[in-house]
Amino acid sequence: MNAADTFFVLMSAALVMLMTPALGLFYGGMVRTKNVLGTIMHSFIILALISIEWVLWGYTLAFGPDVGGLIGNLSWLGLHGVGLTPNPHYGATIPPLAFMIFQGMFAVITPALITGAFAERIKFSGFVLFTLLWATLVYNPLAHWVWGAGGWIQKMGALDFAGGTVVHISSGAAALAAVFVVGKRRGYGRTRYIPHNLPMTITGAALLWFGWFGFNAGSALAVNGLAVNAFVVTHIAASSAALTWVLAEWRLGGKATTLGAASGAVAGLVAITPACGFVGPLSAIGIGGVAGLLCYWGVSLKSRFGFDDALDVVGIHGLGGIWGALATGLFASKAINPSGANGLFFGNPSQLFIQFVSVIVSIAFSFVMALIILKVVDKLIGLRVTDEEEEAGLDVSMHSETGYSF
Amino acid sequence: MKLIIAYIQPERLGEVKKELFDTEIYKMSVTNALGCGQQRGYTEAYRGVIMEVNLLKKVRLEIAVNEDFVKSTLDAIIKGARTGNIGDGKIFILDLAECIRIRTGETGDLAIG
Repeated sequence: MNAADTFFVLMSAALVMLMTPALGLFYGGMVRTKNVLGTIMHSFIILALISIEWVLWGYTLAFGPDVGGLIGNLSWLGLHGVGLTPNPHYGATIPPLAFMIFQGMFAVITPALITGAFAERIKFSGFVLFTLLWATLVYNPLAHWVWGAGGWIQKMGALDFAGGTVVHISSGAAALAAVFVVGKRRGYGRTRYIPHNLPMTITGAALLWFGWFGFNAGSALAVNGLAVNAFVVTHIAASSAALTWVLAEWRLGGKATTLGAASGAVAGLVAITPACGFVGPLSAIGIGGVAGLLCYWGVSLKSRFGFDDALDVVGIHGLGGIWGALATGLFASKAINPSGANGLFFGNPSQLFIQFVSVIVSIAFSFVMALIILKVVDKLIGLRVTDEEEEAGLDVSMHSETGYSF
Repeated sequence: MKLIIAYIQPERLGEVKKELFDTEIYKMSVTNALGCGQQRGYTEAYRGVIMEVNLLKKVRLEIAVNEDFVKSTLDAIIKGARTGNIGDGKIFILDLAECIRIRTGETGDLAIG
């Protein structure tokens, strides 16, 4: 066990932990006043709920000894045997317990990302059950496929340094399913859903950016050159995407907006996530820059299709995640990470195809499973609040509180 | 007795107050109001989605005056609020049936002055 590496991973876990409440602020500022607490609560309660799920059965399903490349077995149930002797597969210099808690924060934030899709209209009980089932039946297997020792997507050679497929594509695809099943908010097309507190959203975005250093650099699982590279390119991509988003809206729509800058930064962070351990600084400018433009275009699509993806989970995490995973197949270089692979621009076109397969599999698996889980939960306890509850707002109707008493 | 109600641009409130004070009119009520007239509103944009916002921030002034102060009050408001642009505002003048000062029980002209 290496003390510096262990310390680094624990600090990174703390940084990633902060991202989930930060996401609550990011989303909370974008909804209407009457739904601010309901929206923040989605993220906050997931932090508690999925942490326990992870300890009891999530970790062993995702990282336990491999069963046919598809899932971990149950031998680490309740963290049985997950101790302090390093496991060569999961950070050879840190205790498995540290790896477990670091990964647990990823398991937490992924379902929290989905909540932006059904914001302002989901029933709390239905949301809790959906989250628990999706984390168990979608996140855990997918994490095993991509990161677990023996997982089939990993064996295929797909590169995903910090969770482009597992975290962002999976949550984006599940969000799309949720948009279909949960339906539009009341008054869609007639009511203006204006963000009620953009300073809160900007604060959330800033904390997300900050926490993302733990997310990406921490995924190196050691204090080494790879962690430094991931840290640097993460920052570069976020900056680049914030600039291109703002430039796009300035040029096309009129003005440079704060929401645009915040959204662009998040889009860039999403896109660099799978790539950050394989690409260099100039590639990161390109990956972020395209992400800002692509996601700006992406969020404008939903109104054309009539999808009420309230807070643009599909447009930012889905599209940004897909771009990031494919961009990894373009920009990856063995000069950055010798144990990775070269991408198309470095003479290896087959990597792009492998990345493409991992993208399609993640989308299909998460979308179909989310659709089934949502239908089942809807039948069992219902997903949608009543019209009266929706009109009153989730704060009062679901939690008996109000966010602001002026 | 008249009740004068004026809707003006918020940024003109300081000027209007100064003009009223210069004409020795010190009694007024001021409230924030939302509304629109010829301007019809403005637009906001969130993630590229343009939203028309119909109600603009305005300030509502209420001043109760005796007959011989009506003209000078109106002149002061107009002098302070007028820029010549659309949105400068409107003034309504209403007949006031009665006025009572709660502290003393005085009524009519005495209560206003």
